[in-house]
Amino acid sequence: MWRLGKYLKPYWLPALLAPLFMVLEVCMDLMQPKLLQRIVDDGIAAGDAGEIQRTGLLMLGVALLGVIGGVGCTIYSSIASQNFGRDLRGSLFGKVQSLSFRNLDNLPTGTLITRITNDVTQLQTFVQMLLRMFVRSPMLIVGSLVMAVTINAKLTLILAVSVPLLFVFLFFLVRFSLPMFATVQKRLDGVNGRLQENLNGIRVVKAFVRSDYEEERFGEVNRDYTSVMTRGMRIMALNMPVMTLILNISIIAVLWYGGALNRSGDLAVGELVAYINYVTQMLSSMLSIGMILTFISRAKASADRVNEVFDERPDIENPTHAHPGNVKGGVVEFDHVSFGYGKENGELALHDISFTVQPGQTLGILGATGSGKTSLVSLIPRLYDPRSGEVRIDGTPVSELELSSLREKVGVVLQEANLFSGTIADNIRFGRPEATDAEVQRAARSAQAHEFIERMPEGYATRLGQKGINLSGGQKQRIAIARALLMRPAVLILDDSTSAVDLTTESKIRGALEQEMGGTTKLIIAQRISAVRGADLILVMDRGAVAAIGTHDELMQDSEIYREIYRSQVSEGSEAYA
Amino acid sequence: MPNEQQGERREANRDPNKLPGGLSMPGPGGPGRGVPGPKERARNTGATIRRLWAYLNQQRAGLILVYILTAIAALVTMVSPYFLGVAIDRFITPGRAEGLLGLCILLLGLYAGGAISSWLQAYVMTGVAQRMLQSLRGDLFRKYQQLPVSFFDTRTHGELMSRNTNDIENVSNGLNQTVTQMLTSLIVVVGSLVLMLSLNVWLTLLSLVTIPLVMLATRMIGGVTRRNFKAQQEHLGALNGLIEESVGGQRTVQIFRREKAMQAEFGAINGKLNKAAIKAQIVSGLVGPVMNMLNNVNFALIAAVGGWMVWKDWTTVGIIVSFLNYSRQFGRPISDLANQYNLIQSGVAGAERVFEILDLDTEYEEHGRSLDGRSMRGEVTFEQVSFAYKPEQPILQDVNFHAKPGQKIALVGPTGAGKTTIVNLLTRFYEISSGQIAIDGQNIRELDKNDLRRNVGMVLQDAYVFAGSIRDNIRYGRLDASDEEIERAAELANADAFIRALPKGYDTTLTMGGSNLSHGQRQLLTIARAVLADPAILILDEATSSIDTRTEMHIQQAMRSLMQGRTSFVIAHRLSTIRDADRILFMNAGRAEEQGTHEELIAAKGLYYDLYMSQFKPAG
Repeated sequence: MWRLGKYLKPYWLPALLAPLFMVLEVCMDLMQPKLLQRIVDDGIAAGDAGEIQRTGLLMLGVALLGVIGGVGCTIYSSIASQNFGRDLRGSLFGKVQSLSFRNLDNLPTGTLITRITNDVTQLQTFVQMLLRMFVRSPMLIVGSLVMAVTINAKLTLILAVSVPLLFVFLFFLVRFSLPMFATVQKRLDGVNGRLQENLNGIRVVKAFVRSDYEEERFGEVNRDYTSVMTRGMRIMALNMPVMTLILNISIIAVLWYGGALNRSGDLAVGELVAYINYVTQMLSSMLSIGMILTFISRAKASADRVNEVFDERPDIENPTHAHPGNVKGGVVEFDHVSFGYGKENGELALHDISFTVQPGQTLGILGATGSGKTSLVSLIPRLYDPRSGEVRIDGTPVSELELSSLREKVGVVLQEANLFSGTIADNIRFGRPEATDAEVQRAARSAQAHEFIERMPEGYATRLGQKGINLSGGQKQRIAIARALLMRPAVLILDDSTSAVDLTTESKIRGALEQEMGGTTKLIIAQRISAVRGADLILVMDRGAVAAIGTHDELMQDSEIYREIYRSQVSEGSEAYA
Repeated sequence: MPNEQQGERREANRDPNKLPGGLSMPGPGGPGRGVPGPKERARNTGATIRRLWAYLNQQRAGLILVYILTAIAALVTMVSPYFLGVAIDRFITPGRAEGLLGLCILLLGLYAGGAISSWLQAYVMTGVAQRMLQSLRGDLFRKYQQLPVSFFDTRTHGELMSRNTNDIENVSNGLNQTVTQMLTSLIVVVGSLVLMLSLNVWLTLLSLVTIPLVMLATRMIGGVTRRNFKAQQEHLGALNGLIEESVGGQRTVQIFRREKAMQAEFGAINGKLNKAAIKAQIVSGLVGPVMNMLNNVNFALIAAVGGWMVWKDWTTVGIIVSFLNYSRQFGRPISDLANQYNLIQSGVAGAERVFEILDLDTEYEEHGRSLDGRSMRGEVTFEQVSFAYKPEQPILQDVNFHAKPGQKIALVGPTGAGKTTIVNLLTRFYEISSGQIAIDGQNIRELDKNDLRRNVGMVLQDAYVFAGSIRDNIRYGRLDASDEEIERAAELANADAFIRALPKGYDTTLTMGGSNLSHGQRQLLTIARAVLADPAILILDEATSSIDTRTEMHIQQAMRSLMQGRTSFVIAHRLSTIRDADRILFMNAGRAEEQGTHEELIAAKGLYYDLYMSQFKPAG
């Protein structure tokens, strides 16, 4: 956790000034009871009115001086902690930008977002507390103790009992409550999980008329959560009464023993009053120690989550000596490529794949769900590196190409069309912000998106909500295709990216691709044979290996698996009639 | 969080009813919700509070007990400084030993009583509050079950979830403050004032001098704070939006090499947030030191003026000691008020959002005729059916068709043509705008909605399975089904083989969303579920579209046996799955453009013909 301290280093001056100002405030606070004692003993008891006036004014002055300390501490601790937060957030965001796909597989999107937002805010608040509260409370405790001892050492015996007692109580409270927090969180996850599941399947719930059943299931987790939460809160509710009781008993003891000392002449009345004030101050500061402890443990948890991201090593890096050759033609070559998502020796997603596609050719890729189609194409723009073998473009291994120029030349349309808030034109321009309006429209026309965009009230200037929520799935996919076409890549990969587009439109897109992207090497993953039937080459994947490769006619002749797919799609109907 | 920061410094020696901020249980939203935020304003505070009150009042006995205990604890807090002063004046200053012990024991008893009653109060209140929150959560969930589907179309799951977590958490926080805190504050303020006046009028007035200053400072800082927090919140919202979007689309960002651009955009908002946040933190952080100073000024005033009064023999040292304690007690509830106000406001706003949902009309407002357990034959007629979410945007127009019991009806057409709408109208997920839908000759609007749905089975594109065993997932179709019936249904759905191949068979536990099964396997489970439910009418909405065609071919058999003897509606992109339908409806722009068998439609050479040809012709 402390290694995140380096983000505080540039702000060492405010980070140092804040506690120093706090020291000023604490010192001034500590002087007050001492001055009160002077009024009682030297003023009232000695009958010196001038002393009372002088000391009274001094107390006012001390109070005003104290506020300078307090305000100064606030200002500098805010500056230090907010700047710390900004830098940490920026650096964490930057780190996420550099993560490879494999890293992203390990860190689900949801947790990455909460790490950048909540965890950083938590740490930022922690730094602020560190520079304020964490200085104030311990100093008040030590300071009060020192002042109390200087007033009367014998009375301090009482504190020798109550202070350890408070610590023991605090220790047990934290011991018991911390595991409870974890259970509460787990049960809460249960409540949320059940609710989310229900909302996801709300149509099914309604279709089967299962609301009673669902209520019962929710009632279960709701009850569980409530019972743990109630138990936890009840334990925590012990905190204040017990602490306050220990504090008050100490004061009674001071009063009783102090009375005796007073009678024997060892303690003036003013001293006793001041002493009681110091004891109150000290013990009440101890109450906040418990709070500090929980804050530390929360901050530690946040720091661990943040550090986990920093510790991810991007496994795809720019080659140290990038090959000077640029991608031009677009010959895609797989040479005995094997690949797995897990660790070395883990299960393979692709076995020994070899094939070559010539510039301008179209390669259709077919295969069952999970047969390795997506894994195969993701090796081309180096989203992952193969475990063995080589992927080459124009004869150069992709691992030797400069990463950004490689991805500039390889256009990928993923299964899920990910759009961003902004106008439709901005979204199409995503990969080439400098493209002209004419180019944007041309790409949109090829992707069969122009028509529906023009129909929108504001056309290309229509603003999309987050993730493009105001578009249908098919519309999103078409914009995603236009976005890739605009880059005029040498190699274009379409990963089942027309699944939500109707068939007529899909075949129009196919036609436009042939016409507009004649020189581009195209790799098209599809479910339907009709989408790849005209391809120069069709690759049939089965369980991570190439089951067959060839043209439609060749495959119809040689490949049993291809014929089976064909039958399932085309002749299934006639079979039913037979 | 601003509340905690403002409050934390003197939180420590506050009244015994409150937990110090940091030690409280992390509620829903967890420790992560540390984002400083301006508190929302409630719109109709009075009515909402009355309603919350009605919830609490269901546990009247507990509530009354809480009040009694709170009052006891507050009284103890209030009178103890008085006895402290008495101890000094009567016993210590004159140096009398006898009686001091008695007084000490009295004080001890008082403190112990106070501690016990404040703990009991918290104990009972926790139960009362948690039970109330539990029933609030339960009610909200029940309401969700009864709201029409259109409600879920317009709201994100995140939003609905947050009502159940964040909003109820806010209610809980507000509740902890209001119920006991207000009473404590009232007793302490009034009681202290009375006691102070009875001790010394002039010193009382003196202690009150700083109160207007406290109020003024709180109000001034509060006003500036709110403005600054609003600015901070706006930037934070923008930043969070950017993070969510860019991290959510991280893969796309990388493919299009937009990392640098994203970082620049992020840096700009981050910088703005930083400036606003520093200002907001400084201003809100002023509350602590300023209050501390006012306290110290008060302390100094009482000490100096009081000391002078003792010297003049107008009062005693003991009374000054009492006053020093009282003035602190007196000022605290007032400076707390700003904090509490914020918490209460956001609590009320949270409750308001929950009630807003609870007040919506369910889809069960009207009661239709029950079927009394009779099942339907499955004759479906659509007569001049039109439907629109908004009057100016018709989704379906004048759709007519007739399905005899046991027929297979296929719905074909481009995205957005209204295919899914037709089946949604049949189950009354939505209500038609005009025309009539009849099943077995009876208008479905006159039927009991639940009875209708029990007779209409659905297999949807996203195969919904929930966390639980495979057995329970299939049993969802009919809750009283025996294990044998479940296995029979699985066999009919071609699911039995793969289930038995799993290490734990039917007792295999599925994760949420069923991620430990393939999509095809999940789909088979939902088919088995529909088999078990044994509906008269069956709807297959793109049930196989995300399965590859070979897998589909293997579950075709299951689909066929499922459709056997039932009126079925099949929506599919792949024409191969629907060629054998008894009737094909070609939907386009909300109208049933063509109707007939495959052969009839092919022969007509219309829209269906074009579509068919495009699917089976090579690209080009």
